[in-house]
Amino acid sequence: MSKPKYPGFDTLALHAGQSPDPTTSSRAVPIYQTTSYVFRDTEHAASLFNMERAGHVYSRISNPTVSVLEERISALEGGVGAIGTASGQAALHLAIATLMGAGDHIVASTALYGGSHNLLGYTLKRFGIETTFVTPRDLQAWKKAIRPNTRLLFGETLGNPGLDVLDIPAVAAIAHEAKVPLLVDATFTTPYLLKPFAHGADLLYHSATKFLGGHGVAIAGVLVDSGRFDWEASGKFATLTAPYEGFHGMDFEEESGTRAFLLRARREGLRDFGACMAPMTAFQILQGVETLHLRMPRHVESTRKVIQFLSPHSGVLKVIYPELPDHPDHELAKKLLPLGCGAVFSFEIKGGRPAGKKFIESLRVFSHLANVGDAKSLVIHPATTTHYRMSDEDLKRAGITAGTVRLSIGLEDAQDLIEDLDRALKASQK
Amino acid sequence: MFAYTAGHAFDKAKPTMVFVHGAGLDHSWFGLQSRYFGYHGWNVLAFDLPGHGRSGGSPISSVGGMAEEVCKAVPAEKFSIVGHSMGALIALECAASAPSRVDRIALIGVAYPMKVGEAFLDAAKRDSYDAFDMETIWGHAAQVPLGGNPSPGMWMYGDTQARLERLAPGVLYNDLKACNDYVLEGEIACPALFILGKRDVMTPPRSAKSIQERIPGAKTVLIDLSGHSLMAEAPDATLDALIEFFRT
Repeated sequence: MSKPKYPGFDTLALHAGQSPDPTTSSRAVPIYQTTSYVFRDTEHAASLFNMERAGHVYSRISNPTVSVLEERISALEGGVGAIGTASGQAALHLAIATLMGAGDHIVASTALYGGSHNLLGYTLKRFGIETTFVTPRDLQAWKKAIRPNTRLLFGETLGNPGLDVLDIPAVAAIAHEAKVPLLVDATFTTPYLLKPFAHGADLLYHSATKFLGGHGVAIAGVLVDSGRFDWEASGKFATLTAPYEGFHGMDFEEESGTRAFLLRARREGLRDFGACMAPMTAFQILQGVETLHLRMPRHVESTRKVIQFLSPHSGVLKVIYPELPDHPDHELAKKLLPLGCGAVFSFEIKGGRPAGKKFIESLRVFSHLANVGDAKSLVIHPATTTHYRMSDEDLKRAGITAGTVRLSIGLEDAQDLIEDLDRALKASQK
Repeated sequence: MFAYTAGHAFDKAKPTMVFVHGAGLDHSWFGLQSRYFGYHGWNVLAFDLPGHGRSGGSPISSVGGMAEEVCKAVPAEKFSIVGHSMGALIALECAASAPSRVDRIALIGVAYPMKVGEAFLDAAKRDSYDAFDMETIWGHAAQVPLGGNPSPGMWMYGDTQARLERLAPGVLYNDLKACNDYVLEGEIACPALFILGKRDVMTPPRSAKSIQERIPGAKTVLIDLSGHSLMAEAPDATLDALIEFFRT
């Protein structure tokens, strides 16, 4: 008998998690716009509440439309399961709140989205969780920053906005030596370009608002567990391995093994914090996921054309993209991201802040807004927008200057994009 | 040997139900079903066989040896057994070798003889990931990768892979070989229930026929949309069949 074969990425992107609806035979994923689900009888109700039966009870905890998206992303990532959340930030918070509490500590990359930096650097501190930030490519710094109370290492697969490539195998090895998991924000890469679990990451999340949706119409997040981290063997995660009074003394690891993290995250995190995904949002994100494998190659192809144009341009001081030989992570990118380094990148415009302002205001096809990963091309000035709360020192550490401009390359005709950039660059240098 | 008890202390006054997992797996494969019985008047002992899950030690190389270990570990004089796949062979062996102790047996996803394909055995012997792929893919109905998991948000293939990756080298081969080599000696006198998945490609329903014929009065429940991993693919139908069997 020959070796059996898994369905390919493209097939999973279209089908994973969904059978045609048994009642209506609907081929498309139905939008189950409901808060709650009728119990068969009182015993069935009690069994669902006590986790003796599988199923849906209340849409804050789970919903059939959201479940299709969760299962599909998990299939694409190679995880044991996933949880849809109200946003990418909700997914990050859910991961942290499931693993730790006051008195615990995180080691995180400096190259993070500004919102994540705020959550770790300021907000969580108020709740007793401290974070030490380290330069992502300084492996010794990751090691040195680990304390006895460290519970998580965290970075972005491609750092924001300098596109630092996280050395997932090396940082995961450091995390595992310390018996803690590695969580990555995989928003910029999507499972099409990089599968973090295959390189050693234990948990990941997406701002599904970005490339997974691709249309810019819904705010959403997805948290995925590889199921590979052994919480019991680590001995550092009482939330998963000790009886939990909030659920009849349940020991989540004993109860469900590989599913412990997601079980606690759903049964406590969604129940108590409530940052769930709406069914309509899940449906909208699913529309994007179904074409992810077609869109990502086009995003990358157009990005490469735009970079080819920008790199030698007289109005450009520097283009930051890991596929360029002068990027410090060029070799690592070749290893981890052979299909491309995504469609979000930065460049430094000659003339600093005034030139940047003129450039952005002269663009016609690119939209000036605070988002990335849209089918439409986008532009922003990080120092005054996404990262404006960061100190000068933190900005420098994150590789941002007053002249840094971030582009997200969409799916328009690449030549139209180049002409738009050319016109705006000329205007900026006058 | 570790046993999950659904959070309840052993109570002599209650009947006892033992759950035994299949090759390379652990007690949590029965998560929903064992929890149900633990909260509905039964002592539950969902074992991790030696070398599996939370139980240390080396895996036992024969179904007979595993059955002996299970019988030894049950504190009750009489008990019932629910076994899946290899666990079902262990249940058969317990019923045959300790008839005075075993009250009823429920056999889920079982074949007899349980012959394992040469390619599967060989891959497991080499500790090749191919063996995990075979167990994962053949262990579920063909529609699973394209269907929905009854447990919200979970991906059945990923879950099976993650469980198998936690195994020590050689454990899966040990289990598959034990299944392959097992011969039932003696007869089964206690009431028996077969729960079989119509879409099971690993132990298709027809492969249980010879053992069904050896157990007088055995009942069978065929579950339409399930493959070999019935507790995950059809958790409610599996539980309903168990409830019905153990209630009567």
